[in-house]
Amino acid sequence: MINLSELTIKKTHEHFKNGDFTVQELVNEYKKVIEEKDKKGQKINAYREVFDDLDQQAKIAQEKFNDGSASLMTGIPIAVKDNILIKGRKSGASSKILENYTATYDATVVEKLKKEGVVFLGRLNMDEFAMGGSTENSAYGVTKNPHDTSRVSGGSSGGSAAAVAMNGALITLGSDTGGSIREPASFCGIVGLKPTYGSVSRSGLIAMASSLDVIGSLAKTTGDAEIVFNVIKGKDPLDSTTVDLNSGADSETDKVKTIGIPRDFLKGDAGIDERVLKNFEESLEKLEKEGSYEIKDIELPNIDKSLAVYYVLMPAEVSSNMARFDGVKYGSKVDGEDLLGDYLNTRGQLLGQEVKRRIILGTYVLSAGYSDEYYNKAWQVRNLLRSDFEKAFKDVDIIALPTVPMPAFKIGEKSDPLQMYLADIFTVTANLTGNPAISIPSGFMTEEGKELPIGLQFIAPHLKEQQLFEVGKKFETIR
Amino acid sequence: MKKSDIQHLATLSRLSLTDEEIEMYSKDIPKILAFVDQLKSVKTDKEGRIENSSDRNVFREDEEPHESGLHTDAILKQAPKTRDGYVEVKKTLNN
Repeated sequence: MINLSELTIKKTHEHFKNGDFTVQELVNEYKKVIEEKDKKGQKINAYREVFDDLDQQAKIAQEKFNDGSASLMTGIPIAVKDNILIKGRKSGASSKILENYTATYDATVVEKLKKEGVVFLGRLNMDEFAMGGSTENSAYGVTKNPHDTSRVSGGSSGGSAAAVAMNGALITLGSDTGGSIREPASFCGIVGLKPTYGSVSRSGLIAMASSLDVIGSLAKTTGDAEIVFNVIKGKDPLDSTTVDLNSGADSETDKVKTIGIPRDFLKGDAGIDERVLKNFEESLEKLEKEGSYEIKDIELPNIDKSLAVYYVLMPAEVSSNMARFDGVKYGSKVDGEDLLGDYLNTRGQLLGQEVKRRIILGTYVLSAGYSDEYYNKAWQVRNLLRSDFEKAFKDVDIIALPTVPMPAFKIGEKSDPLQMYLADIFTVTANLTGNPAISIPSGFMTEEGKELPIGLQFIAPHLKEQQLFEVGKKFETIR
Repeated sequence: MKKSDIQHLATLSRLSLTDEEIEMYSKDIPKILAFVDQLKSVKTDKEGRIENSSDRNVFREDEEPHESGLHTDAILKQAPKTRDGYVEVKKTLNN
Protein backbone atom coordinates (compact mmCIF):
# COMPACT_ATOMS: atom_id res chain seq x y z
CA MET A 1 0.00 0.00 0.00
CA ILE A 2 1.49 3.33 -1.11
CA ASN A 3 0.43 6.50 0.73
CA LEU A 4 -0.39 8.66 -2.30
CA SER A 5 -1.17 11.82 -0.33
CA GLU A 6 2.40 11.88 1.05
CA LEU A 7 4.10 11.56 -2.33
CA THR A 8 5.98 14.32 -4.11
CA ILE A 9 7.98 14.04 -7.34
CA LYS A 10 11.28 13.83 -5.46
CA LYS A 11 10.03 11.27 -2.94
CA THR A 12 8.52 9.17 -5.72
CA HIS A 13 11.80 9.28 -7.63
CA GLU A 14 13.68 8.07 -4.52
CA HIS A 15 11.17 5.25 -4.02
CA PHE A 16 11.61 4.16 -7.64
CA LYS A 17 15.40 4.28 -7.29
CA ASN A 18 15.38 2.35 -4.02
CA GLY A 19 13.00 -0.21 -5.47
CA ASP A 20 10.40 0.46 -2.70
CA PHE A 21 7.80 0.16 -5.44
CA THR A 22 7.84 -0.05 -9.22
CA VAL A 23 6.31 2.38 -11.71
CA GLN A 24 3.67 -0.25 -12.45
CA GLU A 25 2.77 -0.61 -8.76
CA LEU A 26 2.36 3.16 -8.42
CA VAL A 27 0.29 3.38 -11.60
CA ASN A 28 -1.93 0.58 -10.25
CA GLU A 29 -2.57 2.65 -7.09
CA TYR A 30 -3.67 5.65 -9.15
CA LYS A 31 -5.84 3.43 -11.34
CA LYS A 32 -7.51 2.13 -8.20
CA VAL A 33 -8.23 5.62 -6.84
CA ILE A 34 -9.64 6.76 -10.19
CA GLU A 35 -11.71 3.58 -10.40
CA GLU A 36 -13.10 4.12 -6.89
CA LYS A 37 -13.69 7.88 -6.86
CA ASP A 38 -14.09 9.26 -10.35
CA LYS A 39 -17.12 7.58 -11.92
CA LYS A 40 -18.23 5.64 -8.80
CA GLY A 41 -18.16 6.60 -5.09
CA GLN A 42 -17.93 10.39 -4.88
CA LYS A 43 -18.34 10.56 -8.68
CA ILE A 44 -15.84 13.40 -8.98
CA ASN A 45 -15.75 13.20 -12.82
CA ALA A 46 -12.24 14.65 -13.15
CA TYR A 47 -11.25 12.39 -16.03
CA ARG A 48 -12.65 12.49 -19.55
CA GLU A 49 -10.62 9.40 -20.38
CA VAL A 50 -8.15 7.13 -18.63
CA PHE A 51 -5.70 5.85 -21.25
CA ASP A 52 -5.70 2.12 -21.99
CA ASP A 53 -1.94 1.69 -22.40
CA LEU A 54 -0.82 2.58 -18.86
CA ASP A 55 0.89 -0.78 -18.30
CA GLN A 56 2.92 -0.36 -21.45
CA GLN A 57 3.91 3.22 -20.50
CA ALA A 58 4.88 2.02 -17.01
CA LYS A 59 7.03 -0.72 -18.50
CA ILE A 60 8.94 1.72 -20.71
CA ALA A 61 9.52 4.04 -17.74
CA GLN A 62 10.67 1.17 -15.52
CA GLU A 63 13.23 0.13 -18.12
CA LYS A 64 14.79 3.59 -17.81
CA PHE A 65 15.34 2.92 -14.10
CA ASN A 66 16.74 -0.50 -14.85
CA ASP A 67 19.23 0.82 -17.43
CA GLY A 68 20.13 3.94 -15.43
CA SER A 69 18.77 6.53 -17.89
CA ALA A 70 15.90 7.68 -15.63
CA SER A 71 15.48 11.37 -14.80
CA LEU A 72 13.57 13.02 -11.93
CA MET A 73 10.29 12.92 -13.88
CA THR A 74 10.61 9.38 -15.25
CA GLY A 75 7.61 7.26 -14.35
CA ILE A 76 5.76 10.18 -12.71
CA PRO A 77 2.00 9.74 -13.26
CA ILE A 78 0.59 12.89 -14.84
CA ALA A 79 -2.71 13.78 -16.47
CA VAL A 80 -3.44 16.68 -18.84
CA LYS A 81 -6.34 19.01 -19.46
CA ASP A 82 -8.48 18.02 -22.43
CA ASN A 83 -7.20 20.97 -24.50
CA ILE A 84 -3.54 19.83 -24.60
CA LEU A 85 -2.73 17.59 -27.56
CA ILE A 86 -1.07 14.18 -27.29
CA LYS A 87 -0.41 12.66 -30.71
CA GLY A 88 -2.68 9.76 -31.58
CA ARG A 89 -4.95 10.33 -28.60
CA LYS A 90 -8.34 12.00 -28.43
CA SER A 91 -8.49 15.62 -27.35
CA GLY A 92 -11.77 17.47 -27.25
CA ALA A 93 -11.63 20.60 -25.05
CA SER A 94 -14.75 19.09 -23.43
CA SER A 95 -16.79 20.19 -26.46
CA LYS A 96 -19.23 18.24 -28.63
CA ILE A 97 -17.78 19.95 -31.68
CA LEU A 98 -14.46 18.12 -31.14
CA GLU A 99 -15.94 14.78 -30.13
CA ASN A 100 -13.76 12.01 -31.55
CA TYR A 101 -11.02 14.42 -32.66
CA THR A 102 -7.64 12.69 -32.50
CA ALA A 103 -4.55 14.86 -32.17
CA THR A 104 -2.17 14.68 -35.13
CA TYR A 105 0.81 16.05 -33.21
CA ASP A 106 2.18 16.50 -29.69
CA ALA A 107 1.92 19.79 -27.85
CA THR A 108 5.45 21.06 -27.16
CA VAL A 109 4.90 20.58 -23.42
CA VAL A 110 3.87 16.97 -24.05
CA GLU A 111 6.91 16.35 -26.22
CA LYS A 112 9.13 17.63 -23.40
CA LEU A 113 7.40 15.43 -20.81
CA LYS A 114 7.62 12.40 -23.11
CA LYS A 115 11.40 12.87 -23.26
CA GLU A 116 11.47 12.57 -19.46
CA GLY A 117 9.50 9.33 -19.63
CA VAL A 118 6.43 10.36 -17.62
CA VAL A 119 3.32 8.16 -17.57
CA PHE A 120 0.27 9.92 -19.05
CA LEU A 121 -2.70 8.65 -17.05
CA GLY A 122 -5.41 10.35 -19.08
CA ARG A 123 -7.13 13.58 -20.06
CA LEU A 124 -9.10 15.80 -17.74
CA ASN A 125 -12.47 17.51 -17.75
CA MET A 126 -12.72 21.29 -18.20
CA ASP A 127 -15.14 24.04 -19.09
CA GLU A 128 -15.80 23.81 -22.82
CA PHE A 129 -12.84 25.41 -24.64
CA ALA A 130 -11.64 26.64 -21.20
CA MET A 131 -14.50 29.14 -20.97
CA GLY A 132 -15.79 29.18 -17.42
CA GLY A 133 -14.81 29.04 -13.78
CA SER A 134 -16.57 25.90 -12.56
CA THR A 135 -16.45 23.13 -15.23
CA GLU A 136 -20.23 23.47 -15.36
CA ASN A 137 -19.76 24.45 -19.01
CA SER A 138 -18.24 21.07 -19.91
CA ALA A 139 -20.37 19.16 -22.42
CA TYR A 140 -19.61 16.07 -20.30
CA GLY A 141 -20.85 17.07 -16.87
CA VAL A 142 -19.44 19.08 -13.97
CA THR A 143 -16.29 18.02 -12.07
CA LYS A 144 -17.19 17.92 -8.38
CA ASN A 145 -15.02 19.25 -5.60
CA PRO A 146 -13.41 16.41 -3.61
CA HIS A 147 -13.76 18.52 -0.41
CA ASP A 148 -17.55 18.83 -0.85
CA THR A 149 -19.21 17.10 -3.78
CA SER A 150 -22.16 19.51 -3.76
CA ARG A 151 -19.69 22.19 -4.86
CA VAL A 152 -17.77 22.89 -8.05
CA SER A 153 -14.09 22.09 -8.47
CA GLY A 154 -13.56 25.49 -10.10
CA GLY A 155 -12.50 26.02 -13.63
CA SER A 156 -11.74 25.96 -16.29
CA SER A 157 -9.03 23.44 -15.26
CA GLY A 158 -11.42 21.84 -12.74
CA GLY A 159 -10.53 18.28 -13.75
CA SER A 160 -6.83 19.08 -13.38
CA ALA A 161 -7.34 20.43 -9.83
CA ALA A 162 -9.77 17.73 -8.66
CA ALA A 163 -7.55 14.93 -10.02
CA VAL A 164 -4.63 16.08 -7.85
CA ALA A 165 -6.86 16.81 -4.82
CA MET A 166 -8.45 13.33 -4.90
CA ASN A 167 -5.02 11.67 -5.38
CA GLY A 168 -6.00 10.62 -8.88
CA ALA A 169 -2.71 11.93 -10.34
CA LEU A 170 0.52 13.15 -8.77
CA ILE A 171 0.60 16.24 -10.97
CA THR A 172 -1.48 17.66 -13.82
CA LEU A 173 -1.27 20.28 -16.53
CA GLY A 174 -3.86 22.98 -17.03
CA SER A 175 -4.17 26.23 -18.96
CA ASP A 176 -4.81 29.68 -17.52
CA THR A 177 -6.41 32.51 -19.51
CA GLY A 178 -8.03 34.50 -16.69
CA GLY A 179 -7.44 32.32 -13.64
CA SER A 180 -8.24 28.86 -14.98
CA ILE A 181 -5.36 27.18 -13.12
CA ARG A 182 -5.28 29.31 -9.96
CA GLU A 183 -9.03 29.42 -9.23
CA PRO A 184 -9.61 25.63 -9.29
CA ALA A 185 -6.34 25.13 -7.38
CA SER A 186 -7.68 27.48 -4.69
CA PHE A 187 -11.07 25.72 -4.60
CA CYS A 188 -9.50 22.26 -4.35
CA GLY A 189 -6.74 23.11 -1.85
CA ILE A 190 -3.71 22.54 -4.08
CA VAL A 191 -0.94 24.60 -5.74
CA GLY A 192 -1.56 26.09 -9.20
CA LEU A 193 1.06 27.95 -11.24
CA LYS A 194 0.33 30.36 -14.09
CA PRO A 195 3.76 31.02 -15.61
CA THR A 196 4.86 34.23 -17.37
CA TYR A 197 3.10 34.68 -20.71
CA GLY A 198 5.52 33.33 -23.31
CA SER A 199 7.63 31.24 -20.92
CA VAL A 200 5.82 28.02 -21.87
CA SER A 201 4.97 27.17 -25.48
CA ARG A 202 1.31 27.24 -26.51
CA SER A 203 1.95 24.99 -29.50
CA GLY A 204 -0.58 22.17 -29.22
CA LEU A 205 -2.82 23.98 -26.75
CA ILE A 206 -6.32 24.44 -28.20
CA ALA A 207 -6.49 28.25 -28.26
CA MET A 208 -8.98 30.33 -26.31
CA ALA A 209 -7.59 33.90 -26.13
CA SER A 210 -4.10 33.87 -27.60
CA SER A 211 -2.70 36.99 -25.92
CA LEU A 212 -3.67 35.60 -22.49
CA ASP A 213 -3.36 31.79 -22.66
CA VAL A 214 -0.54 29.96 -20.90
CA ILE A 215 0.00 26.34 -19.86
CA GLY A 216 0.97 25.64 -16.25
CA SER A 217 1.19 22.97 -13.58
CA LEU A 218 -1.05 21.90 -10.71
CA ALA A 219 0.43 19.94 -7.81
CA LYS A 220 0.25 19.33 -4.07
CA THR A 221 3.40 21.33 -3.37
CA THR A 222 5.17 24.39 -4.74
CA GLY A 223 8.27 22.24 -5.23
CA ASP A 224 6.41 19.89 -7.56
CA ALA A 225 4.87 22.76 -9.55
CA GLU A 226 8.40 24.14 -9.93
CA ILE A 227 9.87 20.86 -11.20
CA VAL A 228 7.15 20.55 -13.87
CA PHE A 229 7.57 24.19 -14.90
CA ASN A 230 11.30 23.69 -15.36
CA VAL A 231 10.60 20.77 -17.71
CA ILE A 232 7.91 22.41 -19.85
CA LYS A 233 9.30 25.97 -20.12
CA GLY A 234 11.48 27.34 -22.90
CA LYS A 235 11.61 29.15 -26.22
CA ASP A 236 9.92 27.21 -28.99
CA PRO A 237 10.13 27.87 -32.74
CA LEU A 238 6.52 26.66 -32.98
CA ASP A 239 5.26 29.53 -30.78
CA SER A 240 6.62 32.92 -31.80
CA THR A 241 5.44 34.52 -28.55
CA THR A 242 7.78 32.39 -26.45
CA VAL A 243 10.67 34.32 -24.97
CA ASP A 244 14.28 33.66 -24.11
CA LEU A 245 14.21 32.74 -20.44
CA ASN A 246 17.81 33.73 -19.74
CA SER A 247 16.69 37.33 -19.39
CA GLY A 248 15.02 36.32 -16.13
CA ALA A 249 18.04 34.50 -14.73
CA ASP A 250 18.12 34.20 -10.97
CA SER A 251 20.61 35.92 -8.76
CA GLU A 252 20.99 36.88 -5.14
CA THR A 253 19.42 40.28 -5.89
CA ASP A 254 16.22 38.44 -6.79
CA LYS A 255 15.69 37.29 -3.22
CA VAL A 256 12.26 38.35 -2.04
CA LYS A 257 12.29 40.90 0.77
CA THR A 258 9.13 42.94 0.33
CA ILE A 259 5.56 41.90 -0.44
CA GLY A 260 3.15 44.53 -1.79
CA ILE A 261 -0.57 44.65 -1.03
CA PRO A 262 -2.96 46.72 -3.17
CA ARG A 263 -5.08 47.74 -0.14
CA ASP A 264 -7.47 50.06 -1.96
CA PHE A 265 -8.50 47.26 -4.28
CA LEU A 266 -9.24 44.89 -1.38
CA LYS A 267 -11.25 47.54 0.46
CA GLY A 268 -13.16 48.41 -2.67
CA ASP A 269 -15.90 46.66 -4.54
CA ALA A 270 -14.28 43.26 -5.00
CA GLY A 271 -17.11 41.40 -3.25
CA ILE A 272 -14.76 39.47 -1.00
CA ASP A 273 -16.05 37.00 1.61
CA GLU A 274 -14.96 38.31 5.01
CA ARG A 275 -13.59 34.91 6.03
CA VAL A 276 -11.42 34.87 2.92
CA LEU A 277 -10.20 38.37 3.81
CA LYS A 278 -9.49 37.30 7.40
CA ASN A 279 -7.50 34.31 6.15
CA PHE A 280 -5.57 36.63 3.83
CA GLU A 281 -4.70 39.00 6.68
CA GLU A 282 -3.59 36.09 8.87
CA SER A 283 -1.38 34.79 6.06
CA LEU A 284 0.24 38.22 5.70
CA GLU A 285 0.88 38.31 9.42
CA LYS A 286 2.64 34.95 9.29
CA LEU A 287 4.69 36.06 6.30
CA GLU A 288 5.73 39.18 8.19
CA LYS A 289 6.43 37.60 11.59
CA GLU A 290 7.67 34.12 10.73
CA GLY A 291 8.80 34.70 7.17
CA SER A 292 10.54 38.02 7.94
CA TYR A 293 9.13 39.67 4.83
CA GLU A 294 8.32 43.35 4.81
CA ILE A 295 4.64 43.92 3.98
CA LYS A 296 4.04 47.18 2.14
CA ASP A 297 0.93 48.89 0.83
CA ILE A 298 1.09 49.64 -2.88
CA GLU A 299 -1.07 51.42 -5.40
CA LEU A 300 -2.29 49.84 -8.60
CA PRO A 301 -4.57 52.65 -9.79
CA ASN A 302 -6.30 50.74 -12.59
CA ILE A 303 -6.50 47.23 -11.15
CA ASP A 304 -10.20 47.61 -10.40
CA LYS A 305 -10.75 47.91 -14.18
CA SER A 306 -9.00 44.59 -14.96
CA LEU A 307 -12.15 42.52 -15.13
CA ALA A 308 -13.80 44.95 -17.57
CA VAL A 309 -10.68 44.92 -19.77
CA TYR A 310 -10.65 41.14 -19.67
CA TYR A 311 -14.31 40.77 -20.64
CA VAL A 312 -13.70 42.87 -23.76
CA LEU A 313 -10.36 41.49 -24.97
CA MET A 314 -10.97 37.84 -24.11
CA PRO A 315 -14.29 37.46 -26.04
CA ALA A 316 -12.78 39.41 -28.96
CA GLU A 317 -9.96 36.88 -29.21
CA VAL A 318 -12.35 33.99 -28.56
CA SER A 319 -14.59 35.02 -31.43
CA SER A 320 -11.70 34.88 -33.89
CA ASN A 321 -10.09 31.73 -32.47
CA MET A 322 -13.38 29.83 -32.54
CA ALA A 323 -13.88 30.55 -36.26
CA ARG A 324 -11.78 27.49 -37.09
CA PHE A 325 -14.47 25.14 -35.81
CA ASP A 326 -16.63 24.92 -38.90
CA GLY A 327 -17.39 21.23 -39.41
CA VAL A 328 -15.06 21.12 -42.41
CA LYS A 329 -11.53 20.46 -41.21
CA TYR A 330 -11.96 18.41 -38.05
CA GLY A 331 -14.37 17.36 -35.35
CA SER A 332 -18.06 16.71 -35.74
CA LYS A 333 -20.49 18.15 -38.26
CA VAL A 334 -24.23 18.78 -38.47
CA ASP A 335 -25.47 18.92 -42.06
CA GLY A 336 -27.39 21.88 -43.41
CA GLU A 337 -29.01 22.71 -46.75
CA ASP A 338 -25.92 24.36 -48.15
CA LEU A 339 -22.40 25.28 -46.98
CA LEU A 340 -23.69 28.20 -44.91
CA GLY A 341 -26.24 25.85 -43.36
CA ASP A 342 -23.43 23.42 -42.49
CA TYR A 343 -21.63 26.21 -40.63
CA LEU A 344 -24.71 27.51 -38.85
CA ASN A 345 -25.93 24.09 -37.74
CA THR A 346 -22.54 22.66 -36.79
CA ARG A 347 -21.56 25.67 -34.69
CA GLY A 348 -25.04 26.45 -33.42
CA GLN A 349 -25.80 22.92 -32.27
CA LEU A 350 -22.41 21.62 -31.17
CA LEU A 351 -21.05 24.64 -29.26
CA GLY A 352 -22.30 25.26 -25.74
CA GLN A 353 -24.13 28.32 -24.46
CA GLU A 354 -21.17 30.04 -22.81
CA VAL A 355 -18.96 29.58 -25.86
CA LYS A 356 -21.67 31.06 -28.08
CA ARG A 357 -22.22 33.92 -25.62
CA ARG A 358 -18.55 34.87 -25.83
CA ILE A 359 -18.43 34.55 -29.62
CA ILE A 360 -21.42 36.90 -29.93
CA LEU A 361 -19.97 39.34 -27.39
CA GLY A 362 -16.59 39.27 -29.15
CA THR A 363 -18.18 39.80 -32.55
CA TYR A 364 -20.01 42.80 -31.13
CA VAL A 365 -16.99 44.50 -29.53
CA LEU A 366 -14.97 44.01 -32.72
CA SER A 367 -17.64 45.22 -35.13
CA ALA A 368 -17.26 48.45 -37.08
CA GLY A 369 -18.38 51.45 -35.06
CA TYR A 370 -17.82 49.73 -31.71
CA SER A 371 -14.22 48.55 -31.85
CA ASP A 372 -12.82 51.95 -30.81
CA GLU A 373 -15.21 52.23 -27.93
CA TYR A 374 -14.57 48.73 -26.60
CA TYR A 375 -11.62 46.84 -28.07
CA ASN A 376 -9.15 49.70 -28.56
CA LYS A 377 -10.12 51.31 -25.26
CA ALA A 378 -9.61 48.01 -23.44
CA TRP A 379 -6.15 47.67 -24.97
CA GLN A 380 -5.25 51.16 -23.78
CA VAL A 381 -6.30 50.31 -20.24
CA ARG A 382 -4.40 47.03 -20.49
CA ASN A 383 -1.26 49.03 -21.26
CA LEU A 384 -1.92 51.27 -18.26
CA LEU A 385 -2.21 48.15 -16.10
CA ARG A 386 1.13 46.92 -17.39
CA SER A 387 2.85 50.18 -16.48
CA ASP A 388 1.09 50.22 -13.07
CA PHE A 389 2.65 46.82 -12.35
CA GLU A 390 6.07 47.85 -13.63
CA LYS A 391 6.00 50.84 -11.28
CA ALA A 392 4.82 48.72 -8.33
CA PHE A 393 7.62 46.21 -8.86
CA LYS A 394 10.16 49.00 -8.42
CA ASP A 395 8.91 49.27 -4.83
CA VAL A 396 8.22 45.65 -3.92
CA ASP A 397 9.56 42.25 -5.01
CA ILE A 398 6.25 40.44 -5.17
CA ILE A 399 2.52 41.21 -4.85
CA ALA A 400 0.02 39.22 -2.78
CA LEU A 401 -3.75 38.96 -3.25
CA PRO A 402 -6.38 36.39 -2.37
CA THR A 403 -6.78 33.99 -5.32
CA VAL A 404 -10.59 34.08 -5.39
CA PRO A 405 -12.98 36.28 -3.36
CA MET A 406 -14.90 33.21 -2.16
CA PRO A 407 -14.49 29.48 -1.52
CA ALA A 408 -15.87 26.87 -3.96
CA PHE A 409 -19.51 27.67 -4.69
CA LYS A 410 -22.42 25.27 -5.04
CA ILE A 411 -23.06 23.51 -8.32
CA GLY A 412 -25.74 25.59 -10.10
CA GLU A 413 -25.36 28.54 -7.71
CA LYS A 414 -24.05 31.04 -10.25
CA SER A 415 -26.53 30.91 -13.09
CA ASP A 416 -26.01 34.56 -14.05
CA PRO A 417 -22.93 34.85 -16.31
CA LEU A 418 -21.83 38.19 -14.84
CA GLN A 419 -21.90 36.75 -11.30
CA MET A 420 -19.71 33.90 -12.52
CA TYR A 421 -17.29 36.35 -14.16
CA LEU A 422 -16.83 38.26 -10.86
CA ALA A 423 -15.05 35.22 -9.38
CA ASP A 424 -12.12 36.08 -11.71
CA ILE A 425 -11.59 39.53 -10.21
CA PHE A 426 -8.23 38.76 -8.53
CA THR A 427 -6.82 36.47 -11.21
CA VAL A 428 -7.39 38.16 -14.60
CA THR A 429 -4.86 40.96 -14.03
CA ALA A 430 -1.83 38.66 -14.18
CA ASN A 431 -3.03 37.39 -17.57
CA LEU A 432 -3.51 40.94 -18.88
CA THR A 433 -0.03 41.98 -17.74
CA GLY A 434 1.61 38.61 -18.50
CA ASN A 435 3.11 38.33 -15.01
CA PRO A 436 3.64 34.91 -13.41
CA ALA A 437 1.32 34.06 -10.51
CA ILE A 438 0.77 31.15 -8.17
CA SER A 439 -2.03 30.05 -5.85
CA ILE A 440 -1.01 28.28 -2.66
CA PRO A 441 -3.36 26.72 -0.07
CA SER A 442 -3.63 29.07 2.91
CA GLY A 443 -6.20 27.35 5.11
CA PHE A 444 -9.83 26.36 5.32
CA MET A 445 -13.15 27.90 6.21
CA THR A 446 -16.17 26.02 7.50
CA GLU A 447 -19.32 26.16 5.41
CA GLU A 448 -22.34 23.94 6.11
CA GLY A 449 -20.16 21.61 8.16
CA LYS A 450 -17.58 21.14 5.42
CA GLU A 451 -13.99 22.40 5.42
CA LEU A 452 -13.48 24.40 2.23
CA PRO A 453 -9.96 25.34 1.09
CA ILE A 454 -8.85 28.95 0.57
CA GLY A 455 -5.93 30.04 -1.64
CA LEU A 456 -3.31 32.78 -1.40
CA GLN A 457 -1.97 34.29 -4.61
CA PHE A 458 1.48 35.71 -5.29
CA ILE A 459 2.31 37.69 -8.45
CA ALA A 460 5.95 38.28 -9.49
CA PRO A 461 7.70 40.38 -12.17
CA HIS A 462 7.98 38.83 -15.63
CA LEU A 463 10.11 35.66 -15.74
CA LYS A 464 10.69 35.71 -11.97
CA GLU A 465 8.89 32.43 -11.30
CA GLN A 466 11.79 31.65 -8.98
CA GLN A 467 10.50 34.31 -6.57
CA LEU A 468 7.08 32.66 -6.51
CA PHE A 469 8.67 29.32 -5.68
CA GLU A 470 10.87 30.86 -2.98
CA VAL A 471 7.99 32.58 -1.18
CA GLY A 472 5.63 29.66 -1.84
CA LYS A 473 7.96 27.15 -0.23
CA LYS A 474 8.54 29.46 2.71
CA PHE A 475 4.80 29.97 3.17
CA GLU A 476 4.23 26.20 3.13
CA THR A 477 6.44 25.89 6.22
CA ILE A 478 4.71 28.65 8.23
CA ARG A 479 1.03 28.53 7.23
CA MET B 1 -30.07 45.39 -27.51
CA LYS B 2 -32.95 43.95 -29.53
CA LYS B 3 -33.46 40.30 -30.40
CA SER B 4 -32.82 41.21 -34.04
CA ASP B 5 -29.38 42.54 -33.04
CA ILE B 6 -28.51 39.22 -31.43
CA GLN B 7 -29.78 37.38 -34.51
CA HIS B 8 -27.60 39.61 -36.72
CA LEU B 9 -24.50 38.99 -34.59
CA ALA B 10 -25.25 35.26 -34.58
CA THR B 11 -25.46 35.21 -38.37
CA LEU B 12 -22.17 37.11 -38.63
CA SER B 13 -20.61 34.54 -36.28
CA ARG B 14 -22.17 31.61 -38.17
CA LEU B 15 -24.26 30.37 -35.26
CA SER B 16 -27.81 29.09 -35.52
CA LEU B 17 -29.60 29.97 -32.29
CA THR B 18 -32.88 28.75 -30.82
CA ASP B 19 -35.54 31.30 -29.81
CA GLU B 20 -34.73 30.60 -26.17
CA GLU B 21 -31.06 31.33 -26.75
CA ILE B 22 -31.82 34.61 -28.55
CA GLU B 23 -34.07 35.59 -25.67
CA MET B 24 -31.36 34.73 -23.11
CA TYR B 25 -28.51 36.51 -24.91
CA SER B 26 -30.61 39.61 -25.56
CA LYS B 27 -30.93 39.91 -21.78
CA ASP B 28 -27.45 39.01 -20.50
CA ILE B 29 -25.20 40.52 -23.18
CA PRO B 30 -26.43 44.08 -22.45
CA LYS B 31 -25.69 43.40 -18.76
CA ILE B 32 -22.11 42.43 -19.59
CA LEU B 33 -21.72 45.47 -21.85
CA ALA B 34 -23.05 47.72 -19.08
CA PHE B 35 -20.38 46.24 -16.79
CA VAL B 36 -17.50 46.84 -19.21
CA ASP B 37 -18.75 50.40 -19.84
CA GLN B 38 -16.76 51.43 -16.73
CA LEU B 39 -13.72 51.49 -19.04
CA LYS B 40 -15.04 54.73 -20.52
CA SER B 41 -14.27 56.48 -17.23
CA VAL B 42 -10.54 55.65 -17.46
CA LYS B 43 -8.47 58.50 -18.81
CA THR B 44 -6.12 57.11 -21.41
CA ASP B 45 -3.47 59.40 -22.81
CA LYS B 46 -0.13 58.85 -24.49
CA GLU B 47 0.96 56.29 -21.93
CA GLY B 48 -1.93 54.02 -22.68
CA ARG B 49 -1.66 54.13 -26.43
CA ILE B 50 -1.31 50.90 -28.30
CA GLU B 51 1.80 52.08 -30.19
CA ASN B 52 3.60 52.46 -26.85
CA SER B 53 3.12 48.78 -26.04
CA SER B 54 6.17 46.54 -25.94
CA ASP B 55 4.36 43.99 -28.11
CA ARG B 56 5.84 43.47 -31.52
CA ASN B 57 5.45 41.13 -34.44
CA VAL B 58 7.85 38.21 -34.59
CA PHE B 59 8.65 36.95 -38.07
CA ARG B 60 10.71 34.08 -39.35
CA GLU B 61 11.98 33.07 -42.77
CA ASP B 62 9.57 30.89 -44.72
CA GLU B 63 11.99 28.01 -45.16
CA GLU B 64 12.75 24.37 -44.43
CA PRO B 65 9.33 22.93 -45.30
CA HIS B 66 8.71 19.36 -44.23
CA GLU B 67 8.52 16.66 -46.88
CA SER B 68 5.36 17.16 -48.94
CA GLY B 69 2.49 14.88 -47.96
CA LEU B 70 4.08 13.81 -44.68
CA HIS B 71 1.02 14.72 -42.58
CA THR B 72 -1.68 14.65 -45.26
CA ASP B 73 -3.24 11.31 -44.34
CA ALA B 74 -3.34 11.99 -40.60
CA ILE B 75 -4.91 15.39 -41.12
CA LEU B 76 -7.46 14.27 -43.73
CA LYS B 77 -8.52 11.48 -41.40
CA GLN B 78 -9.82 14.16 -38.99
CA ALA B 79 -12.05 15.88 -41.56
CA PRO B 80 -15.75 14.96 -41.44
CA LYS B 81 -15.89 14.53 -45.24
CA THR B 82 -13.13 13.89 -47.76
CA ARG B 83 -12.84 12.76 -51.38
CA ASP B 84 -9.73 11.81 -53.40
CA GLY B 85 -7.32 13.37 -50.90
CA TYR B 86 -9.32 16.59 -50.54
CA VAL B 87 -11.60 17.97 -47.84
CA GLU B 88 -15.10 18.00 -49.27
CA VAL B 89 -17.58 20.86 -48.80
CA LYS B 90 -20.89 21.77 -50.40
CA LYS B 91 -20.62 24.06 -53.44
CA THR B 92 -20.54 27.74 -52.64
CA LEU B 93 -21.91 29.11 -55.94
CA ASN B 94 -25.29 28.23 -57.39
CA ASN B 95 -25.57 27.33 -61.08
